[in-house]
Amino acid sequence: MRRLPWARTVFWLYVATLMLPILWMFGMSIRPNQDILGSFSLIPERVTFDNYATFFGETSWYSSYLNSIIYTSLNAVMSLIVALPAAYAFSRFRFAGDKHLFFWLLTNRMAPPAVFLLPFFQIYQSVGLFDTHLGVAIAHMLFNVPLAVWILEGFMSGIPREIDETAAIDGYSLPRFFVRIFLPMIRSAIGVTAFFCFMFSWVELLIARTITSVNAKPIAASMTRTVSAAGVDWGLLATAGVLTIVPGAIVIWFVRNYIAKGFAMGRV
Amino acid sequence: MTDQTTVAQSPSGAAEPAPPPAEEAKDARVDPRPKNNRAWWLVLPVVVSVAFTAVIPLMTVVNYSVQDVFSPSERIFVGLEWFREIARDPEVRGAFVRTLLFSAQVLLIEIPLGVAVAVAMPRRGVSVSVALVLVALPLLIPWNVVGTIWQIFARGDIGLGGWAINNVLGVNFNYTLDSTDAWLTVLVMDVWHWTPLVALLAYAGLRSIPQPYFQAAQIDGASAWATFRHIQLPRLRGVLTIAILLRFMDSFMIYTEPFVVTGGGPGNATSFLSILLSKIAVGQFDLGPAGAFSLLYFLFVQILCYVFFTVLTRSGR
Repeated sequence: MRRLPWARTVFWLYVATLMLPILWMFGMSIRPNQDILGSFSLIPERVTFDNYATFFGETSWYSSYLNSIIYTSLNAVMSLIVALPAAYAFSRFRFAGDKHLFFWLLTNRMAPPAVFLLPFFQIYQSVGLFDTHLGVAIAHMLFNVPLAVWILEGFMSGIPREIDETAAIDGYSLPRFFVRIFLPMIRSAIGVTAFFCFMFSWVELLIARTITSVNAKPIAASMTRTVSAAGVDWGLLATAGVLTIVPGAIVIWFVRNYIAKGFAMGRV
Repeated sequence: MTDQTTVAQSPSGAAEPAPPPAEEAKDARVDPRPKNNRAWWLVLPVVVSVAFTAVIPLMTVVNYSVQDVFSPSERIFVGLEWFREIARDPEVRGAFVRTLLFSAQVLLIEIPLGVAVAVAMPRRGVSVSVALVLVALPLLIPWNVVGTIWQIFARGDIGLGGWAINNVLGVNFNYTLDSTDAWLTVLVMDVWHWTPLVALLAYAGLRSIPQPYFQAAQIDGASAWATFRHIQLPRLRGVLTIAILLRFMDSFMIYTEPFVVTGGGPGNATSFLSILLSKIAVGQFDLGPAGAFSLLYFLFVQILCYVFFTVLTRSGR
């Protein structure tokens, strides 16, 4: 495919602009607080890793970091487990109310979260899921399961039905066919879906903060602690901010090839 | 099986009557999928999990919306009173117009920009991986951290962006005092944050176009623009449907990022529906009006999404 001659330059300029605010935050995280507020400079004059030492030196900081990673992974696994059979059903069969059910599932992504907070708080407390990793993982299924079904259904519809029929003739039962033949065929779809579940669960704060207090508190919620009577600890805030980006960057690196390939075989 | 269907549909509020038999018959002709109601067993886990996370809380909200709650034991049924009050409230109307305007601007900027970025993206070599990872990075940042990044970046004293506008361009820029500056900061933040999603979806769409299409275009001597307009753009319809829907929903419900950056201010310049809603629900603890508000809000988003979805999926056939 042809590309315009200047496209390359413009693209990398765009990427540079995209990185600028993130790099600026990184720059703040490695400067002492008096330098941040005292003088404006493009390049930090004094470099310190005190903020990072503070972060990893305090249990409450890094345990909330781990909490986020645990519930996010749990959510991705659980969303996939319930979404896979459903997506298969939508892509292969017609059944009573299928179209309505599909749209209804999608509408759950559209619920304004602000008002769900209070019912969530009450329900999770009454069933004993309050402040647990499992609780947050289940709550995040609200928006991840519909999305997972939607993405997977697209991929699965791209796989010819003849494969199912051939397997049935060969004597495969549906569960065995699904696990042994079908799942390996949509590996990249599963990768892409897991990536999206991870992403939306990782970036969500409002619900996660409401149904946790200590044991499962997400990292993003811990960041409010940097604001105290003495003002904002900009350095530490920036440090926590930088560290919340790291797991995401690692995950993208692993699924980078699936993103393009995966989508291509799906919904297009 | 049929009663399960009803159970699943009715709480959503968007359920419609079953399609007339004529449509069913027409579907059967074009749709090769066999009809099998046992497929309900496969979707059952999804229905159960979403029922727990969505339907029960939604029912609670419906319950609030028709009552005046004085205390857990004292409640009065007030019917649709709260709905009328919310629909007439000038503050809600103001926030509604602002949110709609914001979503419109977001879609108008992000969709073309995202497609342009996807077209310009490298296609071969290591630079593909680097480009994908860097472009996707803003999407993996927790939303309040996105707010924090821009809160810092746009400040005139310690942020590069704000500092550059004030000192290099010489324009007085302060997003905590000026309404236009606050609006622009939130808008630029959203474009920064979400254009990558559109770009990635569009890039995946472009990659799926078979090479012979381009060879044919080259033989015909088609210009780059003609190639884009007649080959690439039509093939992007599917992914752009997803992109437009996702971007509309999420921009219309934007909360965390502007809350961190501006807190809805200055005045109510960036007070979007969700910010106003959580002020009523969590700040003032007016559960009745908040319940009615969120149901109307939810309904509006659903209707618009349904319209988008129908228009976008039908236009290509």
